[in-house]
Amino acid sequence: MKYHGVTLHRKLENNMGLLIFGILFVSAIGGLVQVLPSIFQDSLRQATDNSHLYTAVELTGRDVYIQEGCHVCHTQQVRPLLAEVERYGPFSRADEFVYDRPFLWGSKRTGPDLHRLGGKYSDDWHRVHLLDPRSVVSNSIMPAYPWLEENMATDMGDIQKKMRALQTLGHPYTDEDIAAAPEEIAGLTEMDVLIVYLQILGTGLSEEQR
Amino acid sequence: MQPDSREVYHDGVVKRLVQFSILWAVVGMFVGVYLSAELIWPGLDFGQFWLSFGRIRPLHTNGIIFGFGVSALMATAFYSVQRTSNVPLFMPRLAWICCYGWQVVVLFGGLSLLAGWTSTKEYAELEWPFDIAITVLWVCFAVVFFGTIATRRIKSIYVSNWFYGGLIIVIAMLHIVNNLAIPVTYNKSYSLYAGAQDAIVQWWYGHNAVGFLLTGGFLGMVYYFLPKQANQPIWSYRLSVVSFWAFTYTYIWAGPHHLHYSAIPEWVQSLGMAMSLILLAPSWATMINGIMTVSKAWKKLTVDPALKFIVLALAFYGLATFEGPMMAIRSVNIVSHFTDWTIGHVHSGALGWNAMITYGTFYFMVPRMMGRELYSVRLANIHFWLALAGTMLYILAMWGAGVSQGLLWLSIDELGEVSYSFTDIMASMVPYYGLRLVGGLVFLSGTILMAYNLLRTMYGRHTVMVHPPEVIDELKGTRHNPDAVMGAPAANGTEVPA
Repeated sequence: MKYHGVTLHRKLENNMGLLIFGILFVSAIGGLVQVLPSIFQDSLRQATDNSHLYTAVELTGRDVYIQEGCHVCHTQQVRPLLAEVERYGPFSRADEFVYDRPFLWGSKRTGPDLHRLGGKYSDDWHRVHLLDPRSVVSNSIMPAYPWLEENMATDMGDIQKKMRALQTLGHPYTDEDIAAAPEEIAGLTEMDVLIVYLQILGTGLSEEQR
Repeated sequence: MQPDSREVYHDGVVKRLVQFSILWAVVGMFVGVYLSAELIWPGLDFGQFWLSFGRIRPLHTNGIIFGFGVSALMATAFYSVQRTSNVPLFMPRLAWICCYGWQVVVLFGGLSLLAGWTSTKEYAELEWPFDIAITVLWVCFAVVFFGTIATRRIKSIYVSNWFYGGLIIVIAMLHIVNNLAIPVTYNKSYSLYAGAQDAIVQWWYGHNAVGFLLTGGFLGMVYYFLPKQANQPIWSYRLSVVSFWAFTYTYIWAGPHHLHYSAIPEWVQSLGMAMSLILLAPSWATMINGIMTVSKAWKKLTVDPALKFIVLALAFYGLATFEGPMMAIRSVNIVSHFTDWTIGHVHSGALGWNAMITYGTFYFMVPRMMGRELYSVRLANIHFWLALAGTMLYILAMWGAGVSQGLLWLSIDELGEVSYSFTDIMASMVPYYGLRLVGGLVFLSGTILMAYNLLRTMYGRHTVMVHPPEVIDELKGTRHNPDAVMGAPAANGTEVPA
């Protein structure tokens, strides 16, 4: 018994195949016990009244948000702490994110949290702010995004392909939704669709939970 | 089987990987300095989309981790696995493919980030075509590395190779699972996981990319280069093996501390926190093992730049692996989460630990591979102090910034309302960001000095031909590799610089 560990060690250090298997096995345990159950937990993946399915325009706006790396400086995760609820609004719930691929919670708040941004400012404010942040927030350190006004939303990739891919993943888009999508984004700039996305952020939360 | 007298270690590919690693270090750190300047002067992007903070920040992290870090890991793994197995690299052509293929991925991957192709997942931002290329090259890396071990002439597998092996296997698992996605177009895919589940999978990956790449892989460097350079056997071989298994088992659980107070299940957060605290034990066991190894050779520390870097790296390793578990405690995390404290913590690891140990191994390998002394020991010593000063300035600035952000954000007045506006807190960060910029510049200038010093050392020379030493019969069965553990002078053919 006393030498059991030593003999196992001798086997591992003399047998590469066994060592590889040992590393894989030992490192996989954590994921199997901690991550895998979460993947099968319904409350983390099933839509409720709080879940909002992105329209074609919102989805394209979200992809602009991703392309510009807004998530690098802005979180979308209001923590259930008094100061955060005071500052931003109701804390974030898991069922609000079931259509978020990928999740955009972020890890750094160089700028403020955006999860409850929707409806707080006018569309015009957002447009001016994105073109020249310091004209509306004098001490802002946010970059300006002048090119968003010049690029068309259709440049963001085939919207129908995107919606079909998400349909495969279980997002309940109808064939009519997908058929109508190109027309919905036609003529809009990247700026337009981004603002539409910003304006619905966090607005899906049902009234009784606010 | 005795080595063929015509056999030589394949050090050409090691040298080339070192050169690429130095190149990415300079580029990646320059981008970092530029980013930190943008946070003070936001107009520095000149209205150009490809200079925008949101696009070049991932370029900085990916350039450092995959360009500088992985090239250095491949270089040191190839260098040490030959010498601890007493056999030249297995399939050396594949090693060259691995070397150049990786640089192509880093270069074009970096450009794709500037173009706005991103999956957003931290340290896994590259889109699906790059993910596939990385997987293929990683398999090549594994074939060369494990092939060399499989053809070894020493019975037992030396512990540094356990850590490099852990790096290769676990990163493969994490990379594949986290990047599963449905491709839409050549530059866009949607993650197989959504919302809270995506977050859990991503931080299982993200934390362990730090764990097995930036920690495990670089511990492989410690276990080969530290005993060699200190000319001392490892203080406790048993401790190194025990802490290897403890490290490999425990690290994987710690990811959810990145998601405290988020919308993931509370038990997942709590378990992540508990395991993060336990992780302190194997981390410090390794640090103590390293420090004790060098404890009989303190004198060497005053004259040997390579050893200075390696030992200082261990000190920062100890600091960062203490700070990490503390920040994983929920009540500390309330303050530290989302702030610049996290950025400081990452850099006490990335600058103090990863970069320093890498510099130590470069100062070790390059003179040996070139068969001549380092071009300038004086420059290397200046580099050492610049690296230390830069790191300290950086992390002190970020502690100041992070703790004040965390506390000011949470501050509530007597009416129950927040005391300070977000923008006022943000604007008050300028002095800290300025100090961080200075720290980054100092660190970068040290790295440029090293680049000059090492390139001068390499200039106009081919790598020395090193033959695998003959294996003496009685050593064949021993557990400890004679070359690595006894710190024997390098094999015939190399003049070890005094």
